[in-house]
Amino acid sequence: MKLELRGITKRFGSLVANDHIDLVIQPGEIHCLLGENGAGKSTLMNVLYGLYQAEEGDVLLDDVVQHFAGPGDAMRAGIGMVHQHFMLIPVFTVAENVMLGHEQTGVAGKLDLDAARAKVREISARFGFHVDPDALVGDLPVGVQQRVEIIKALSRDAQVLVFDEPTAVLTPQETDELMTIMRQLRSEGTSIVFITHKLREVREVADRITVIRLGKVVGEASPTASNSELAALMVGRAVELTVHKETARPGAASLVVRNLDVIDPLGLKVVNNVSFEVHEGEILAIAGVQGNGQTELTEAILGLQPRVTGDITLNGEKLTGLSVRKILNAGVGFVPEDRTEDGLVGEFTIAENLMLDRSDAPPFVRRGNLQLGYLAEFAQEKKDEFDIRAQSITTMAGRLSGGNQQKVVLARELSRDLKLFVASQPTRGIDVGSIEFVHKRMVETRDAGIPVIVVSTELDEVVALADRIAVMYRGSIVGIVPGNTPRDILGLMMAGENPTGVAA
Amino acid sequence: MTTTTAEESVSASLETATIKSWKAPIAYAIFTLIAIVLFVVNGRDGSSRFRLSSEADLIQLPVIDAPTRLTCVVVVVLLLAITAYATWLSSQAKRVPLWLTIIFAAAFMWAFLTWAAAGESIPITGLLLGTVALSAPLIFGALGGVISERVGVVNVAIEGQLLAGAFLSAFVASVTGNPWVGLIAAMVAGVLVSFLLAAFSIKYLVDQVIVGVVLNVLVAGLTSFLYTTVLTSNTPLFNSPPRFPRISIPILSEIPILGPVLFRQTVIIYFMYVAVIVVWWALFHTKWGLRLRAVGEHPQAADTVGIKVNATRFWNVALAGAIAGFGGAYFTLGSVGGFTKEMTAGAGFIALAAVIFGRWDPIRATLAALLFGFATNLQNVLGAIGSGVPSEFLLMLPYVVTIFAVAGLVGYVRGPAASGKPYIKA
Repeated sequence: MKLELRGITKRFGSLVANDHIDLVIQPGEIHCLLGENGAGKSTLMNVLYGLYQAEEGDVLLDDVVQHFAGPGDAMRAGIGMVHQHFMLIPVFTVAENVMLGHEQTGVAGKLDLDAARAKVREISARFGFHVDPDALVGDLPVGVQQRVEIIKALSRDAQVLVFDEPTAVLTPQETDELMTIMRQLRSEGTSIVFITHKLREVREVADRITVIRLGKVVGEASPTASNSELAALMVGRAVELTVHKETARPGAASLVVRNLDVIDPLGLKVVNNVSFEVHEGEILAIAGVQGNGQTELTEAILGLQPRVTGDITLNGEKLTGLSVRKILNAGVGFVPEDRTEDGLVGEFTIAENLMLDRSDAPPFVRRGNLQLGYLAEFAQEKKDEFDIRAQSITTMAGRLSGGNQQKVVLARELSRDLKLFVASQPTRGIDVGSIEFVHKRMVETRDAGIPVIVVSTELDEVVALADRIAVMYRGSIVGIVPGNTPRDILGLMMAGENPTGVAA
Repeated sequence: MTTTTAEESVSASLETATIKSWKAPIAYAIFTLIAIVLFVVNGRDGSSRFRLSSEADLIQLPVIDAPTRLTCVVVVVLLLAITAYATWLSSQAKRVPLWLTIIFAAAFMWAFLTWAAAGESIPITGLLLGTVALSAPLIFGALGGVISERVGVVNVAIEGQLLAGAFLSAFVASVTGNPWVGLIAAMVAGVLVSFLLAAFSIKYLVDQVIVGVVLNVLVAGLTSFLYTTVLTSNTPLFNSPPRFPRISIPILSEIPILGPVLFRQTVIIYFMYVAVIVVWWALFHTKWGLRLRAVGEHPQAADTVGIKVNATRFWNVALAGAIAGFGGAYFTLGSVGGFTKEMTAGAGFIALAAVIFGRWDPIRATLAALLFGFATNLQNVLGAIGSGVPSEFLLMLPYVVTIFAVAGLVGYVRGPAASGKPYIKA
């Protein structure tokens, strides 16, 4: 089926998310929509899917203008979508999720689960998915959940399939498998829209590439274009794709973690017997697919996890068992993975956020009173130093873009006297300019002789920053390898395999 | 391909560690201590009799006659043994099973009844019969609560729905002289309260708990006002509803103990049996139920498969109101026979507790409501036979049971994920 978007404009208040976007997707092609976070890719697809109503423009299928009042209409017209955040109900089984919205019923309105199971099995068999129709979706690994999303779309006879940032949650191997599935779908005549900001994937699978920036189509590119060409198109200027850093000159082991276990409320060992060291002046990257214990590990270092056994010492001083306050005072800086949830108070100003973890002592507080004059000076200085783009220091943190929010967090943490810096997903969901800035500051921190831990699920980031890489899988460290380890080996390690010949 | 590894669930493959929980043994120990102080140290002499059938029954069961002090001591020893067993389980980092708690609670209740009935006789059938009857509004209210919360709207307004149902059913049944019309009016009243709840919480995104509380106050005020101005102005015309008679179901009602308890009831109770089964079945086995639960768990996912989230919520909240309103009719058409000010007396809140205690499941919520109904009726029966238990304590009983049940036994449970959260589309 041929899909055409003609002059789509979508506004949110004064913000123009999509500005007269034209796009044609031919039958049986994989069309990549490339753009930064916030460029308007997802908005465009939500318009296509009937979740948003566009102010101007038309959606055409096989040259017929469509009017979608909701996703139901879009689905009936043959459009399916695999969402970035899966639209699956975790407490339902696979079959229930697949049938939801177009249920077949039998006597007295009883759900015909057998028909749904058969459908799941049929589509699974076609693509070699091995999905159990009776498994609870919440129990399945994300890679399998994504397949359930695909099955869901295909069970409605989707002719056009939209994949919205599908690889964000996958291991490199799962990503490869997804690419295979996409090609298989294409050969069956399905048109595919593949939304991403990852250049590597685009070049591997796309038939055509459309680049979007700030809500506008800025150009088309062919899959043979180079990474830097694509990046320049996406960002609007030449981009440094590599992080400049000198060879690390690691000093003494500073943070020592020995036999660390973290137990969750259900009694599961989410971190299992983890031991590693971080030296002064080196960046240790912790790689792995989301949800393999990285979050809990960093929280354990910060004293945020209640059930921890094992030892964590920083420069010989024991951190386990200390309160978060004392750990911060010991010189640990922390960038949490969810900045809006744990990193900032959205309803506080930039200035207030900059002193959040120093509210107990001078210079910010004297005799119980906030030192507002000092705070204003300090905040202005940090705003300039960290290039926080906001009207003033009294702007609410929640109103900033992701990149600027992250700079506020970074400014707060790096302005203390640090002995250790832990950054979880420091560049998730922020623009390329901010990513460059964050990376630069991390390397500077390292060069100042501070041990740095970076937790990232993005292999690109891990490879760019790390002096050494620890790969986590199901709560354990699979291995610790040098920073120049090839990606395919890292990919295997992220799936839990420890390739022989890799020095731990 | 890594499909084999992908098929395993991540959580299933993690190693487990043991977490010891001392909650159950500590709770048991406290209750055992209370039992020792009350039933042994403060024990009573004489004998306690339990009547299992009434004179009218076809099959007569013998009266159980138990020596009070001896029975109490034996049961307290049993309680001690259970506590010791639970302590051992916890020390081994094993979970204390639910059935143990049930046995413990039953044994404690047995000792309490024996102690309270020293020198008296307790009609067991009467106790249970009243339990079912008093649970009726709780069960209807809880069913309304389950539906409403499952679809994603917190229903604190059950109390208001019950009260509105009670009021309108009394009025309409009195004026028309037909209790069936009164039943329909009760449902209409519940739906009207629901419409307000739904409109404010779904359309205007007001905090659902606050809307619910305000609605309760509104209905209480409105019905009290109309009661004094309208109903009492001409009680025979406006507030003398005909009541539903008790109907004995042939054969079934002659089953010992269960028969009189379950099958000599008014038609409202029979509707209740049907409602519980139908709601349970429909919730988990029909398209309606699947969509309803989807909307309450993950509204956005429901939206993306073409389910109209807010319409689904609106009409199911209305349905919940109809069911709760129906329960309100029990007060006027089933038991009391006339409306009085604030006659629901907190039943809606107990129903809300039953929803949570029953983990948003119609059957479990019904069992929870029966437990609360039992506690209420125990208070009535013990008051009636004049056992030496202070009446103030007896009045507390249903609420004490509720607090212990919800706080102690349930603790943290996971409700419908999107309950209480309005669905806002961009």
